[in-house]
Amino acid sequence: MRLKGHGMLPRIVVIAALYLFALFGLPALLSLYYIDSLTQAAIFSIVAVGLGVLVGRVGLYSLGQYAVLAIGAWVAARLLFATTLPYPVVLLAAGVVTMVIGMIFGLPALRVRGLYLALITLMMAGALTVVITTTNFPNGGSGFWGYNGSTVHPAAIRRPAIAAGDPAYYRYSLVVAAIMFILVFVHVRTKPGRAWVAIRQSESAALAAGINTTLYKLWAWALASFVTGVAGGVLAGSSHYLYSIDFPVQDSITLLAVVLMGGAYSLWGAVVAGLLLQLLPALFQVWGVSNDWITILFGIGVLNVLITAPRGLADQVPRDLGRLVRKLRAVGQRAPAPEATAR
Amino acid sequence: MMEVSGLTVRFGGVLPLDDVSVTFESSTCGLIGPNGAGKTTFFNVLSGFVTPASGRVRAFGEDLLAMAHYRRARWGLRRTFQTEQAIEELSVYDNVAMIHEHSRLTSSKRRDDVLEAISFVGIQASPSDRVGTLGAGERRLVEMARCVVGSPRLVLLDEPAAGLPDDETNHLAAVIRRIPQHTGALVVLVDHDMGLVSATCETTSVLDFGHLIASGPTAEVLQDERVVNAYLGTKEVA
Ligand SMILES: Nc1ncnc2c1ncn2[C@@H]1O[C@H](COP(=O)(O)OP(=O)(O)OP(=O)(O)O)[C@@H](O)[C@H]1O
Ligand SMILES: [Mg+2]
Repeated sequence: MRLKGHGMLPRIVVIAALYLFALFGLPALLSLYYIDSLTQAAIFSIVAVGLGVLVGRVGLYSLGQYAVLAIGAWVAARLLFATTLPYPVVLLAAGVVTMVIGMIFGLPALRVRGLYLALITLMMAGALTVVITTTNFPNGGSGFWGYNGSTVHPAAIRRPAIAAGDPAYYRYSLVVAAIMFILVFVHVRTKPGRAWVAIRQSESAALAAGINTTLYKLWAWALASFVTGVAGGVLAGSSHYLYSIDFPVQDSITLLAVVLMGGAYSLWGAVVAGLLLQLLPALFQVWGVSNDWITILFGIGVLNVLITAPRGLADQVPRDLGRLVRKLRAVGQRAPAPEATAR
Repeated sequence: MMEVSGLTVRFGGVLPLDDVSVTFESSTCGLIGPNGAGKTTFFNVLSGFVTPASGRVRAFGEDLLAMAHYRRARWGLRRTFQTEQAIEELSVYDNVAMIHEHSRLTSSKRRDDVLEAISFVGIQASPSDRVGTLGAGERRLVEMARCVVGSPRLVLLDEPAAGLPDDETNHLAAVIRRIPQHTGALVVLVDHDMGLVSATCETTSVLDFGHLIASGPTAEVLQDERVVNAYLGTKEVA
């Protein structure tokens, strides 16, 4: 059905090579410190790809993604303590439950767009954070909430048997991330993806094309909630212990900024966003640079995107590198001819 | 065949359409009138973007206004917008295929139907080109291809030639003339270019401040004293 397709194979080869290197090469090269932050980067790139669908494809600005992530983490932690279900089943359940809850909240919220939607999602996230602060995350306690406030040594959230150690869990996260990226990729390349870009450009043009805009917006919302819920499940296993202070409402704002910086329209942008959000702070800590610089850097980054690169770093960097290479080549060719430079 | 009866639209204190009753019978009908006459508002009622205060629209025996807006495309309603609305991020092919995939047609014929619509309107660009890279004229043609793909019954064109150079307008006129025969659809053309309207429409209706002031064979309507007066002083009349 698609007419292009040529040029696709080399791209797949490059992506596969990069992915295999990340999967097998990096754990051999890097210390546990960096492997841990790369695990977090993988998890947050899933969150970013979900938000990218909302912002980049449909034009829906959500400032509540950390709360959605917290729901996924809560559900996964609860199931991991209460059951011996295999990890993939738990992750799937975390995704589905988060999706259902996300849709219940999304249904009324999706009647508005732009700034109002952003504000409403921010308020909802705030409310949810209050709930989670009072109920706390499960820590092996009994009852529905699974929280025991009097224990000094809370139980650790289990990991899959095949991924108990940190490098193995990093690989596990990377595999889950790849599956989520493929899920999103399939969506954006088919009927829903086409409907979403139509809605983003003009809701009336989409309606005139026969697109049930409410249904497709809800679909995007459901997909974003699902992958974020799954990411929450992976996060639960990665950190062993979950606390409500790990999900501050304002971090959703940083997340949106980083997703815009990386490039909300491209899947690479989500990878960049995950790295900016998790690897950059780890590097800064090693370099002894204050964390405040990150906020400033992100601010500049968003400005850069707004002014010079609306498609984000994932588009800008390769483009500018290409330009640089062409310039260097032109200079290299011109160098032997003095009259050319004397012009 | 489309019958409009007693159509009234209210925006606060203004009545962009005031008790309009008109029948569109010929295969290509013009709808003209000075700026703010209510032409786009009329299209928006047919699309379901504006809910009229009163009135009925029967198109090919069906109550158009009773249908949910997004279902009207499936029924066979197509339109272009005064500010062109081809989807920039998508290829020419996907722009047209999108209409097809939300229609009731089977996907097995989609590729053929889409490519046929693209060649029918005479797009020079490759079907895989992104619409964002095309010029204004070609984008208009993409919108036209979106109108003819599938089985359209009612095609609404809102100033499709606005801002186009003469040769592209002539090409567009030729395309519009061939739509009814090619697809069996009823075409309603809104434009300020009287040359285009005369060249394509057998009959024409005239709106002025929300009132229908004339309707009939295009040549007669354009001579009508009330029509000339309504347009007097407006420079669009060619
Ligand atoms: N959404 C709206 N809210 C309030 N008033 C509106 C709205 N849309 C249109 N109008 C008013 O309704 C009247 C008819 O507008 P409409 O766009 O239908 O005119 P038109 O005949 O298409 O004009 P033009 O030739 O300039 O495109 C105008 O007075 C316009 O200002
Ligand atoms: Mg108009």
